[in-house]
Amino acid sequence: MSDTIALLPDGAQPSADGFGGTAANRFDDAVAERASHGGHAASGPRGRSWFARRPAAAASLLWLVAVIVAALAPALLAPGDPLAGVPAEHLQAPSAAHWFGTDQIGRDLYTRVVHGTSLTISAASLAVAVGVIAGSAIGLLSGFAGGRIDAVLMRAADVLLAIPGLLLSLAVITALGFGTVNVAIAVGIASVASVSRIMRAEVIKVRSSAYIEAARASGNSGARVLLRHVLPNSTGPVIALGVLELGGAILAVSALSFLGYGAPAPAPEWGALVSGGRDFLRNAWWLTTFPGLVIALTVLAANRLARGLDTERTVGS
Amino acid sequence: MSTANASRSNVARYVASRLGQAVVVLWAAYTVSFIVLYALPSDPVALKTGGDASDVTPEQLAALKATYGLDRPLVVQYALRLGGVLAGDFGASIDTGRPVSQVIGEAIPPTLQLAGLGLLIAVLTGASLAVIAMFVRSRALSAFLLGLPPLGVAIPAFWFGLILIQLFSFQLPLFPAMGDRGFASLVLPSIALALPTGAMIAQLLSKSLTAALREPYVDTARAKGAGRARIHLRHALRNAALPALTVTGLVVGQLLSGTVVTETVFSRPGIGRVTATAVQQQDIPVVQGVVLFAALVFVVVNLAVDLIYPLLDARIALTSAPRLRRRSTSASRTASPVRTEAPAPVIDAVLEEAR
Amino acid sequence: MNAQAPLLEIEALSVTYRTARGRVDAVRDVNLSVSAGETVAIVGESGSGKSTAVHAVIRLLPGAADIASGAIRFDGIDLATAPNAVLRSVRGRRIGFVPQDPTVSLNPVQRIGTQVAEVLRVHGLADRRDAAERAVQALERAGLPDAALRARQYPHELSGGMRQRVLIAIAIAADPQLIIADEPTSALDVTVQRQILDHLDELKRERGASLLLITHDLGVAADRADRIVVMSQGRIVEEGTPEQVLRAPKHPYTRRLIAAAPGLNAHHEPPAAAAPPIVLRGRPGDPFAPRDAVVPPISGGPVLEVDALVKEFAVPGSRGAVQRAVDGVDFRIERGQTLALVGESGSGKTTTARLALRLTDPTSGTVLVDGADVTALRGSELRRLRRRVQLVQQNPYAALNPRLTIEQIISDPLIAYRLGDRARRRARAAELADVVALPSSVLHRRPSELSGGQRQRVAIARALAISPELIVLDEPVSALDVSIQHQILTLLGTIQREFALSYLFISHDLAVVRQIAHTVGVMQRGRIVESGTAQEIFDHPRTEYTRTLLDAIPGGLRIPL
Repeated sequence: MSDTIALLPDGAQPSADGFGGTAANRFDDAVAERASHGGHAASGPRGRSWFARRPAAAASLLWLVAVIVAALAPALLAPGDPLAGVPAEHLQAPSAAHWFGTDQIGRDLYTRVVHGTSLTISAASLAVAVGVIAGSAIGLLSGFAGGRIDAVLMRAADVLLAIPGLLLSLAVITALGFGTVNVAIAVGIASVASVSRIMRAEVIKVRSSAYIEAARASGNSGARVLLRHVLPNSTGPVIALGVLELGGAILAVSALSFLGYGAPAPAPEWGALVSGGRDFLRNAWWLTTFPGLVIALTVLAANRLARGLDTERTVGS
Repeated sequence: MSTANASRSNVARYVASRLGQAVVVLWAAYTVSFIVLYALPSDPVALKTGGDASDVTPEQLAALKATYGLDRPLVVQYALRLGGVLAGDFGASIDTGRPVSQVIGEAIPPTLQLAGLGLLIAVLTGASLAVIAMFVRSRALSAFLLGLPPLGVAIPAFWFGLILIQLFSFQLPLFPAMGDRGFASLVLPSIALALPTGAMIAQLLSKSLTAALREPYVDTARAKGAGRARIHLRHALRNAALPALTVTGLVVGQLLSGTVVTETVFSRPGIGRVTATAVQQQDIPVVQGVVLFAALVFVVVNLAVDLIYPLLDARIALTSAPRLRRRSTSASRTASPVRTEAPAPVIDAVLEEAR
Repeated sequence: MNAQAPLLEIEALSVTYRTARGRVDAVRDVNLSVSAGETVAIVGESGSGKSTAVHAVIRLLPGAADIASGAIRFDGIDLATAPNAVLRSVRGRRIGFVPQDPTVSLNPVQRIGTQVAEVLRVHGLADRRDAAERAVQALERAGLPDAALRARQYPHELSGGMRQRVLIAIAIAADPQLIIADEPTSALDVTVQRQILDHLDELKRERGASLLLITHDLGVAADRADRIVVMSQGRIVEEGTPEQVLRAPKHPYTRRLIAAAPGLNAHHEPPAAAAPPIVLRGRPGDPFAPRDAVVPPISGGPVLEVDALVKEFAVPGSRGAVQRAVDGVDFRIERGQTLALVGESGSGKTTTARLALRLTDPTSGTVLVDGADVTALRGSELRRLRRRVQLVQQNPYAALNPRLTIEQIISDPLIAYRLGDRARRRARAAELADVVALPSSVLHRRPSELSGGQRQRVAIARALAISPELIVLDEPVSALDVSIQHQILTLLGTIQREFALSYLFISHDLAVVRQIAHTVGVMQRGRIVESGTAQEIFDHPRTEYTRTLLDAIPGGLRIPL
């Protein structure tokens, strides 16, 4: 526990948050008590109208479910063969037969997009796993330990943050070589620094709470304070953070595959699909439009969901 | 009175200490990039000679390695290369053989144009969007405007560039689709570059503004009879812009890395293209040069922000205290403690947005 | 116009809030009038609607609030339905508003002078230069010393009391007919409170303005108002002159409020509390010992003894300079007694408490618990100390782990020391909930579902869990409403008598302490400037500072109590 005590200026009593309950807290209390006399007890988030009250979050969830299905069982959504093209049908505009149109070899674009989902999503998921697991571990350690360890780790994070994410990923790709897995690792490494800072901030916020001091004063050993009180309250943001990172990872992964560093052709990674359509931009607009649209919608859904999760978490405290 | 001299030497000490920190960061960035590029499993020379270097004898391979100094132990390589850097020699491109400093040096001006215009567009549109969205009385309009930045963040920059080309070069032949001749060719690329950054700025600023508008001092201003415009601009924006300023370094870095994609899409010369080519060829010295350049830019921008910030926010004093947090109480009993550095924690909140 | 017509007339005002749980009536059918030159005080606790009502006068309500019905007539205009332009011309110019918390009510990046001058500029009453001059004058009138210098400074360079004067200056700069002050002193130290209120009185008189004063402190209302209005649950329950309200209260709520008001009762002996007997097992160190077991003789010495305690902190920005938060403090607490350490902010009382708990290390001096020197304890020995000394903190909203149930929170100390098994701990938690008068249904809830007073009871229950000998209470009631304060203090007194507990009670409020303290130490700038029994301190204060503190307790000015 730090020695810091905010001595307030002359003549001012502690009244703002952190020392005494604010007037807002007291008002909330009284309002809440009176409201509860009239209304029913507050229903938890699993009430029936939860989804109806949040159409955007619901839509995002639905889209993401569809994406996950496409990643795990693409044949369910697109029974065709993504690699087989019918040359006679090349460069056809979207129609009932080909929802997204066909490419220059006559491959159905919709099928390719669906089958490319697993490549992009698994790369993004791996990137998130690397980033969140490593970043959280470092952030938690840094926040718990404090002192020298904290200073050193955060210095290192500062340095990594000085290099923009994409460039750092590119440096890693340069060293490791191309391919989906390497792309995933590169993107993951680039996000470790920022994840660790966010986790560290959360841990520090928790550590300086009054209830942690109370836990110490109650006689808990240091280990028990950490395990029973600090840790459960610090890991809250991880899930929301993970989902948010997923959005960013999808963007980064597809950017790298657009640039040609992902899986080699003819793998239908989303970014590569957009890149492949580049040469036909003038007369086959669908080749670039649809894969990019899918990327945008997926990232949008992931970000929306992350925001929703974060709001749920903070509102309930 | 000696206070004037004292404060001048304080400023000097502050600047000196920040410069020192900047140098340390650059050195650390160099070391990190060295570790990533040279210490990770890969062999740039073998790659240069092709995947299956069956026609290259082991002796030739060893000779190539010796030329690039790759046969020495890592620590020696590090020391030598660092020495070179300090002397201004950033090595030579494995691909073309030209000095890295030249390659990058030539690429800076076009990128500067692109990134400069992109930054301008991003800041203007992002900030205006946020301010207008918070200012309009219509809740529907405000909600609509605030729904745009998440879209901007989610749209892949490379795709957006292609869409722009499709719409404004092909369908409506207004701007050239590629190349770097004339101002017209700068328009579409800078818009494409500005999109994700502008969206991020809009999100950040609108969040800041919302928080500022909830602060009690806004109520005090209302109680004085101040009108909506005055409150939003003179009180809320003035306060909300400050945290946004602290992320300028991140913003510039994001723009710089965005040029990799944008210059590729629009076939423009510049740092981005150089990087893309270098990665393609696994040209390590060039990639390292770019990374160093990016770190340099970041550090310089942050230094500028650190110097300007105290002028805008009177609560932050220019002292030479390093960035370590001190365990202490407020010094004076008649004033609240003065902070000695720009608020770093904002960056953590921002990072959540800056994806 | 009739010379008797009131300046402000609120008629049948109702304000509702739209909350997630439905509509809440914050103000119900309130009728109130303020005449020219009059001071009216609205007294109530949180949730009474007093703050909402006056915010409604200038229509500065939060977005979720609506004026459901009623009229607010001010000098011929109905403010409840007036258009924005009219409201803006009234605010600041004809009605001045002094907000509650000076630390956050000023724009941190604008100079003081600019913020005061803004009132004049907004209403076109002066040009730039003129406004700057008149701003300095307003600051002087509001009692700010060195006004010209302060006008060029920023809010963070001023203390809380100074900032409140700035807010007053803003309110009076345009010479309004009505000044509304929303709890203008509750965030300030008692001595400063008095100065501020004196100044408001003076300003009001010199300009012939009216003052509508909101306060939770009946003492303040009694001292300053021509008329008192008592609000509860959104309604006015009592109205009258201070004599009428305090001497002959008609409504039971008013009577409760009077009985609970610390300031009004500070000069009396606290009434003997008739409390129901509490059943709680355990004796010091062994919470599961049966109640009537033979108690081994404990040493007769003091529970806590502190000698020459010093705590220094490094001053930020300078090199090596230190500040002594605690500068040589000695005291002892006998078994079953309460020592109250009273002081204003910066006096070092909180630091002293944390030193006693060994939450921080003293720079020098000794701390003895039950005769044993605990000054340098660490690790498991320190943990053993905690079995005998427990803590109740100031902010009930932050003192409980939000993820645990109440039962888990209360039994946490038992688990920490591995005392008892699950069933016994559960029983103990239920016992403790009883002791602090919480319904057993509370045990399965989480802190976010409880009110502030309830949370503080949980904190007390937690402190009692392992049957300590001494509880350190750091401003345990300052975040609570007056009537809740009273309940908690009564509870603490009862518990102390039943279990022979000792308390180290930290407070900034001398009046609160009267109800519970046996001995009192008055702290200033890290030292105890006076100490003695409660009776001695209150009835025969020896030092100037103590006398100032006592004088500043609101409630004694007009009505001799």
